Amino acid sequence: MFTVIGFMLSGWVIGYLLRQHLRGISTIIMILICLLLFLLGWEVGGNHRIMSSLMSLGLEACLIATACVMGSCIFALILWKWASRFKNSQSSSHHEG
Amino acid sequence: MKGSLIIIGCFLAGILVGIHGWAGEASRISDIGFYVLCALMLMVGISMGSDPEIFKKFRHLNPRLALLPFTTIAGTLTAAALVGVLLPHRTITDTMAVGAGMGYYSLSSIFITTYKGAELGTVALISNIIRELITLLLTPILVKYFSKLAPIAAGGATTMDTTLPIITRYSGQSLVIVSLFHGFVTDFSVPFLVTFLCSI
Repeated sequence: MFTVIGFMLSGWVIGYLLRQHLRGISTIIMILICLLLFLLGWEVGGNHRIMSSLMSLGLEACLIATACVMGSCIFALILWKWASRFKNSQSSSHHEG
Repeated sequence: MKGSLIIIGCFLAGILVGIHGWAGEASRISDIGFYVLCALMLMVGISMGSDPEIFKKFRHLNPRLALLPFTTIAGTLTAAALVGVLLPHRTITDTMAVGAGMGYYSLSSIFITTYKGAELGTVALISNIIRELITLLLTPILVKYFSKLAPIAAGGATTMDTTLPIITRYSGQSLVIVSLFHGFVTDFSVPFLVTFLCSI
């Protein structure tokens, strides 16, 4: 775990120090992501157990995605109501809290 | 969108290669994958570090709305944990790790494959692609029922780039900085949360 995060943080420092001289980083990132997803696909394609349950894995994925969207939206709604209540009370009565 | 199609194309090409042989190499593939992942994280770090301009934009942020990335993370993880309780063959940390991808499907699926295997990695890939698609397709409905912040929360780590145009259109120009900040924080949280949830 710390190896990977260590790479990211040292990258941050390198990026900041060399910020004037860097070009094409996003292209390299894209190539690496494509390579990694190719490798993931390779592993999945060669694994009969995963290939035969791809449909149920997809359903599971759909369930998790829908739940996560709902959960974060409900929390966002609560934050929105709290933040706008604060704004309204501020504009209607200046001397209150 | 073009980028997403290229990425999905690479995944499908990999599946085809896997189906037509070299199946016994799975452990070596994930070894190579780990080194490429380290290279990728180095590059992600470099790209974040080389753009200090982004911090200047955050000065005009409404401090209360700056809490949004944290409510998104909390809401996502709570909901994912509930799904983990419902699915008998998955642990709570499994589904939370998938959810913690926050729509950043490329990175999260790679992490989860490295730490938990290709099966859960595939679930993470599909699940986080669906999260981005839901945001792109359902933003008008989300705004209507869950306030203007909802599409930003739904977009997770993508609200800095791929889903920003649609969010700007339906939530309004005034929330662009919130959306950028939200994307930045959740994006940054993905490697930490996913690796943490995979290691407990």
